[in-house]
Amino acid sequence: MSLRKFITNKTTAALAVLLTVFANTSAFAQEAAAGAAAAPKVDMGEVYKSVIFYILIFLAVCLFIAIIGKSIKVYELSREAQGKPVGINWNRVHASLFALFLVLGLYGVYWEYTVHGSMLLPDAASEHGKKIDEMFNLTLIITTIVFILTHILLFGFAYIYKYSAKRKAYYYPHNNTIEKIWTIVPALVLTVLVLMGFLTWRSIFFKVEDPNNKPLQIEVTSEQFKWSIRYPGADGIVGKKNYKLTTSSNTLGIDFKDLNSRDDEMADEMVIPVGKPVKLILNSKDVIHSFYMPHFRVQLNTVPGMQTIFEFTPTKTTRQMQEETNDPNFKFLFFCAKICGSGHWNMQKDVRVVSEAEYKTWIAEQKTYLNDDLRKQFNLPVAPAPAKPAAEGDSSATDSAAVKGNQMALNK
Amino acid sequence: MSTIALHDEHNHDHADHGHHKETLISKYIFSMDHKMIAKQFLITGIIMAVIAMGLSILFRIQLAWPDQNFPFLETFLGKWAEGGRIKPDFYLALVTIHGTIMVFFVLTAGLSGTFSNLLIPLQIGARDMASPFLNMLSYWFFFMACVIMMSSFFVQTGPASGGWTVYPPLSVVAKAMPGSGMGMTLWLVSMVLFVASSLMGGINYVSTILNMRTKGMDLWKMPLPIWAFFLTAILGILSFPVLVAGVVLMVFDRSFGTSFYLSDIVMGTDILPNEGGSPILWQHLFWFLGHPEVYIVIMPALGISSEVISVNARKPIFGYHAMVYSLIGITVLSFIVWGHHMFVTGMNPLLGGVFMITTLIIAVPSAVKTFNYLATLWRGNIRFTPAMLFAIGLVSFFISGGLTGIFLGNASLDINLHDTYFVVAHFHLVMGSAAIFGMLAGVYHWFPRMFGKMMNAKLGYLHFWLTFIAAYLVFFPLHFLGLDGVPRRYYAFTEFEFMKKWLTVNVFVTWAAIFAALAQVAFLFNFFYSIFKGKKAPQNPWEANTLEWTAPVEHIHGNWPGEIPTVYRWPYDYSKPGHDVDFIPQTVPFSQTMSSNLPHDFEGNAEAEKIQQDWELANPVKEN
Repeated sequence: MSLRKFITNKTTAALAVLLTVFANTSAFAQEAAAGAAAAPKVDMGEVYKSVIFYILIFLAVCLFIAIIGKSIKVYELSREAQGKPVGINWNRVHASLFALFLVLGLYGVYWEYTVHGSMLLPDAASEHGKKIDEMFNLTLIITTIVFILTHILLFGFAYIYKYSAKRKAYYYPHNNTIEKIWTIVPALVLTVLVLMGFLTWRSIFFKVEDPNNKPLQIEVTSEQFKWSIRYPGADGIVGKKNYKLTTSSNTLGIDFKDLNSRDDEMADEMVIPVGKPVKLILNSKDVIHSFYMPHFRVQLNTVPGMQTIFEFTPTKTTRQMQEETNDPNFKFLFFCAKICGSGHWNMQKDVRVVSEAEYKTWIAEQKTYLNDDLRKQFNLPVAPAPAKPAAEGDSSATDSAAVKGNQMALNK
Repeated sequence: MSTIALHDEHNHDHADHGHHKETLISKYIFSMDHKMIAKQFLITGIIMAVIAMGLSILFRIQLAWPDQNFPFLETFLGKWAEGGRIKPDFYLALVTIHGTIMVFFVLTAGLSGTFSNLLIPLQIGARDMASPFLNMLSYWFFFMACVIMMSSFFVQTGPASGGWTVYPPLSVVAKAMPGSGMGMTLWLVSMVLFVASSLMGGINYVSTILNMRTKGMDLWKMPLPIWAFFLTAILGILSFPVLVAGVVLMVFDRSFGTSFYLSDIVMGTDILPNEGGSPILWQHLFWFLGHPEVYIVIMPALGISSEVISVNARKPIFGYHAMVYSLIGITVLSFIVWGHHMFVTGMNPLLGGVFMITTLIIAVPSAVKTFNYLATLWRGNIRFTPAMLFAIGLVSFFISGGLTGIFLGNASLDINLHDTYFVVAHFHLVMGSAAIFGMLAGVYHWFPRMFGKMMNAKLGYLHFWLTFIAAYLVFFPLHFLGLDGVPRRYYAFTEFEFMKKWLTVNVFVTWAAIFAALAQVAFLFNFFYSIFKGKKAPQNPWEANTLEWTAPVEHIHGNWPGEIPTVYRWPYDYSKPGHDVDFIPQTVPFSQTMSSNLPHDFEGNAEAEKIQQDWELANPVKEN
């Protein structure tokens, strides 16, 4: 009872104090505003007022709660004085609240599943992504059933078996059969999930290469806070890199003494042909990032000092996706999912899935990484040879010289 | 340190002369009494929890209203919120420190530290911990760790901000972000002190439980919280040193130019000299602690809720042995599942498959525990004390959060869910909310034992319902953001077209979080007010069986005046048929409860069974 008194008295006192504080701060704020007329962009007086306004609302709510608490107490005491049974049966109140929570909660879950559930990623746009989606749906069904049943039992028991002085609980310390059943059943269900998950995982990361459908290599290098994409060029192989060769003109540290590097092309966006496997070679310059391409169910960290590799096959073109999602602005994209610094939240690149023919015209337009500046640096002939196969012969001749020059540069 | 030693001598002097009068300092500050140390852990934990909750509200505000200015924030945060907008760097610092404080300082030290210290001696019947001095040191190391962690807010470059997992190179290379400067050094120092604290605590808990149980208290008569604390302490002792090893290597990399975690790094065009290290190594070392750590967080909460549910359902906990074995199973398995945090970090995919199997196996003991809780409630006689409400809340969160673990533990599903809001929702339910509810259940249940006063029940009810509802409103919608591919630790969702539809959800979640935070005022007021002005607690307010309720309400050093009580039975004889009241404390011998003894009680002791049979023949059961 004294507690209630305390709340009311103290709250009113606090209200009074806050009112005076409020008056004072606004006065101070006005003074300050007058003093420094040039500097302030925001009128802090207004700010303090709104903050104090919210505090007052909160205190008013506290006061309201205290009054309710107090009246409950008065009610209970008067019942007691009249010799009637205790005013409020709190056990019944909580039991009913749990039942109510169960009903509203189940509706809430239904609402979430249908409303927020319809705002999710569209169906996977890659071959392995379909398997992941199937796996996901199966897991979702199993867990939702368990989730709902256990909650019905939990809150249902709380409702049914609320305290009653007339009853005694059922002394039931154990039952080995039941315990065995509910150890073995989850174990079996999980075994199924594990096996399916394991097989899916293996099919994603341990692919047997089809010699007739060799994957397209694309290298993606991350750094704070951007991505660089490197296409392999005509030879189909992304050339070697050496981080020690990094300069302001060779930002990726591409090693142009490696023949495979010379025709490597740069791109502003990732364009990939539909239905052809793509082998992503991921690498990072500075810190760990994560290459995340949710529409294709692709994610793998990019780690400095090592290559990580993810292979996938896109199954839908961007145009198809735009039709399917009824969104003419739909685009695929990849972005960073591993905390990497202040620009982590905006590190993205577009992805375009196109037909084989469109891809061929697009890739022909891309520039090589090797430019005249870099040719000079690597002691390569500056005259760019548009006919690459012809240049192949003499480039190998200059190659040894380039290697020497390079080694010298490395040894200093 | 010298002051500690000094006061310690002081204290001994008193003891030597047989004085029982304690000084203010030896009683409240450098106390070696486990009950006082428990209170110190609890109150420090509560303060840290309030701070960490405040930090979370700050970044929730940023997420909900990324385009709006809050000049008020500049008043408090200065240059970190210039113009009333939190900066991206500071946003990451908030996220990092919120996580670190909550996981380590609140849910490890605040939970384990409080209840292990309070309950181990009281429930096993010991006068104090095996080493009270070590116990005191454990608290003060923890306290220093807290102070150092908080001091990083007063450093020019700000606190550590690479996420609570502080993955290198981000956290090692000072140029990578401002928080990786001085703030990160303080983080590492704080962590080392914290681990030292938790090791001292853990060794103490294990040795006390193994060596100092009272007469009759064999391992299988221990209450479940003690089992949970025991196994938690073992987990901590075996895994925390690995974190320290990792931290030491990180200190070397940061300060002495070694390359344990660094290789082939170019910051812009600046080529770093480090070669031969691997950032993945840190992840292995970190998660070797990090995963057991989440069980260090949840197991004490499960132990506490087992006790609270049994007492308030007035029913023995269903499957006591299964509960213990599942705890042991979780303890053992938790050491071999750490790789599930690393499915897509570039670890060999073969390992991914292995860790997926071990991870999903650990769901089995967790499922057993859940079903046992449900079976305990079945046909109970449930008293909804505030502690019981929170324990039921814990079971609900444990189910909801545990089930989403089945998605994340599956390596192929983790590809698309890793580092998204789905993960955030998962661990905030199963580890955050469930563990904090366990802690609150413990506070409400053992408050009378700690302070000799009762907390106000109605404020407790209010606190529970507001928190329970708000926690679900905060974390349930976040699953869907994750399923849509929204990554965690994003400063704002404004730069991505597909994320814009979640902005309204973010506003809703932030309001729910503010609501939840304000609901804690009901608890804080109740807690601190009741310490001083609460109703005096009766001897055994919840009519429980365990030993701590036989100790006098007024605390005395040594817990029991005279002899320590002897234990005759297991702690869960509630509503035993044939007995006149619905509980039989552990200290009551079977000879006094002839009418309710069951053959099972005698564990095959032929002589006792004979006596019981004779008695039953002499006193035939009356039909009622």
